[in-house]
Amino acid sequence: MSIAASVNDSRVTGSSTRSWKAPIGFGVGALLALFVFALGGPATTAVFRVSDDSDRFRLADIALPANVVGWVVAIALIAITVYSYLQVRRGAGINQWAGIAYAFLFVVGFLTWVVGIADRPTISLAGLVAGSVTLAIPLIFGSLSGVLCERVGVVNIAIEGQLLSGAFAAAVAASVSGSVYVGLIAAAFAGVLVSLILAIFSIKYLVNQIIVGVVLNVLVSGLTGFLASTLLSRDSATFNSPPSLPDIRIPLLADIPVIGPILFQQTIVGYFMYAAVIVIWLGLYRTKWGLRVRAVGEHPQAADTMGIKVNSTRFWNVLLGGAVAGFGGAFFTLVSVSTFTRDMTAGQGYIALAALIFGRWNPIGAFFAALLFGFATNLRFVLSIIGTDVPSQFLAMLPYIVTILAVAGLVGRSRPPAAGGIPYVKE
Amino acid sequence: MKLELQGITKRFGSLVANDNIDLVVNPGQVHCLLGENGAGKSTLMNVLYGLYEPSDGHILVDGKPVTFRGPGDAMAAGIGMVHQHFMLIPVFTVAENVALGDEHTKAGGILDLDKTRARIREISDRYGFDVDPDALVEDLPVGVQQRVEIIKALVRKAEVLILDEPTAVLTPQETDELIQIIEELKAGGTAIVFISHKLREVKAVSDVITVIRRGAVVGTVEPTASTGELASMMVGRQVSLSLNKAPATPGDTTFTVRDLTVPGPGGQKLLDNVSFEISKGEILAVAGVQGNGQTELTEAILGLHPHASGSVRLNGKELLGMKVKDIIREGVGFVPEDRKVDGLVGSFSIAENMILNWYNEPPFAKGMAMKPSVVLKNAREKVAEFDVRTQSAEAPVSTLSGGNQQKVVLARELSRPLNLFIASQPTRGVDVGSIEFLHKRIVTERDGGTPVMIVSTELDEISELADRIAVLHGGELMGVVPGDTSRDVLGLMMAGMTAEEALGQGQHRDTGETDR
Repeated sequence: MSIAASVNDSRVTGSSTRSWKAPIGFGVGALLALFVFALGGPATTAVFRVSDDSDRFRLADIALPANVVGWVVAIALIAITVYSYLQVRRGAGINQWAGIAYAFLFVVGFLTWVVGIADRPTISLAGLVAGSVTLAIPLIFGSLSGVLCERVGVVNIAIEGQLLSGAFAAAVAASVSGSVYVGLIAAAFAGVLVSLILAIFSIKYLVNQIIVGVVLNVLVSGLTGFLASTLLSRDSATFNSPPSLPDIRIPLLADIPVIGPILFQQTIVGYFMYAAVIVIWLGLYRTKWGLRVRAVGEHPQAADTMGIKVNSTRFWNVLLGGAVAGFGGAFFTLVSVSTFTRDMTAGQGYIALAALIFGRWNPIGAFFAALLFGFATNLRFVLSIIGTDVPSQFLAMLPYIVTILAVAGLVGRSRPPAAGGIPYVKE
Repeated sequence: MKLELQGITKRFGSLVANDNIDLVVNPGQVHCLLGENGAGKSTLMNVLYGLYEPSDGHILVDGKPVTFRGPGDAMAAGIGMVHQHFMLIPVFTVAENVALGDEHTKAGGILDLDKTRARIREISDRYGFDVDPDALVEDLPVGVQQRVEIIKALVRKAEVLILDEPTAVLTPQETDELIQIIEELKAGGTAIVFISHKLREVKAVSDVITVIRRGAVVGTVEPTASTGELASMMVGRQVSLSLNKAPATPGDTTFTVRDLTVPGPGGQKLLDNVSFEISKGEILAVAGVQGNGQTELTEAILGLHPHASGSVRLNGKELLGMKVKDIIREGVGFVPEDRKVDGLVGSFSIAENMILNWYNEPPFAKGMAMKPSVVLKNAREKVAEFDVRTQSAEAPVSTLSGGNQQKVVLARELSRPLNLFIASQPTRGVDVGSIEFLHKRIVTERDGGTPVMIVSTELDEISELADRIAVLHGGELMGVVPGDTSRDVLGLMMAGMTAEEALGQGQHRDTGETDR
């Protein structure tokens, strides 16, 4: 037993790595807060409206003096930076709540500052949150598709193509049939079709998964673009004017301020999104199916020796992923706008991929990561409405800056499924 | 359960990996399958485990013929296998690994790991495995991981347990523990197939030994057979197992390492203040369990670790900080631990591989141009001298067997005038016949007056070659001991005891055993 003990010892001492990434990152943000939010804080009051006048329950607005909040936030951020510096110097870990508190305070500081310097320093919190969720819906479906595929070891770059094909199929099928539900089913099938090609080429013919994914995106973009400019534009009344999905409002619950509308006043796509996150999470971590799926993505050979059919597990999961992303694609043409336009997904599939990585290949993580990206996108719209001095080009960059930061630095120790991208060939 | 293999033949194209093999495994018996690497042992077991379909022959369980379409069928029939490379998922807990493929579920496919945990505890207690069902597999020492593999098989009610090269990754003490476990399983009625090429262990554990050579059964013998007898059956000719090297006659100390430290990517020390020296004409063997700093030690000497600190002096010249190319020019011969990755370019010809690190020097090059005819001539000479079995010196080196590939690496490194020779795992994956040859060449180099450093995880090899033995554990040097130090003491040092502690305890242990 002395062997086991000593091996463990060496492991502990061996892994006491001191990473200064967190204190440095915190420091940069704290300085930014000090100079911009505190020293550059306007002497105005930023008003966050919690409820609209038409709401059943009305809560008072939150009014924050911008420069005071700026100072409070800056000092708190500096304190967290110092704490993390001391922890790392002692060789101890940083409490994850410190990171969460830091992020929350930074967002509060930034929002107060950016609203404070606007022409009309009033913003609807409910609108901001609800808009974020709405914008995040296709991202969430996309990253769930990524979770399903990558967890079995197939890299899914084709999320973009799956979303776009879903959007196209939903528009055409719903227009022709006049039923949104037919549109939804068609969208899922279109996603499955894209996945089928990905699955056949990457699992059966062992083609590089990233290349197949990229090619599929280009293919779907070209194909739907071609059909849109020929078939759809020739008779858009028949082919490209789908009905919209109605909001389904759950009485009373939807009246809860701020979170009511995002949870209980959604289209069927929105409710499916919540259900999908929960079902896929439970499935992956609580069921026999999930255990096998994760095993296949981590160590396919081990799974094989335990009698699990690796390639068929991969195949069906990739198809399921396609169905999820395709269904999410319907959001673009049945919820967001009522017409299909060329390349209307505009790279959201790639952002979904980033959300997947930021969310550490976990459905719930991906959900919150996608929400963050939705928030960044929505902030841009909201801020341009209230008339801010921040250049609109910078605001347009916001979601992508968040993406880069998230994927590059903030992820921390994130570990993708070990067998990702590697085809499984029985010897 | 009685397991019989009748006339199993497995062909891969024109290659016959198994040729008409018969084997009978009885309950409560340890049946050893002895053979060299590539003799067809693993192929046979993969046939038995349903991973390969036999080209011919039958598998009989209790006298009835069965067909296995996959590992699932084999497991259902009561056959469990512990692979040489563990089939465990590192990020899963022990319970999840054990449950995989044979899950207990509640309604709706929800996992019921509690039942699995209970089964693990039950088996763990019964055999004294000391395994925590909720530990992450990647945090467990290799020996414990192996027990998890055994539990996996036992949970599935395996009555025949196949252990494929089970001791390759274990320390000597862990090997002893494994042998204990095998004894207990045997007492419980489990039949065990023990695959190995290590004669000592095979003799220690087995009840029956079947020797396989080139895919066919050479014979079945009792464990009382001498190691020499077993070795010659395995290789097909007489092999001398002991090198009978002359005692070293150390000359001047020309190679000294002082306080050599290699930091890891996260700031931990992969090699911690290691100091030793080697004299001309002696072999220092570095022992240790895989991954305790040996790789870093050899690579740091060769200049592959830019952040290494301390001092490495050869003939009074500081090597640390020099470029790899210049270090090689100083006369350092280096055999890397993984020849396929670091030693050879698989698609290059034998001739090209023979000059990989001196291609641009005369006589192989003149100015910008290489001289292919000289390169080829050199290769033909070396192929003859080192007995590389090949059709042509122009064949790609990847077509050679492991032993012959290793001969190519050694031929390249030993063909220059050397001031220091370092060989890491010089005989890993090499057949017994070639081992003898390679060892002799290394000793010849020593006798020619070169300081030699050998790194090996095989204690047999260490004892065979070493004039002195250095033991590494966790990146630290546990001490340097004489070449004839007992395996017990070396094992304790490999597990983290200093030389003094280990010598004390080793003696204590020896007396303890004589008392009994």
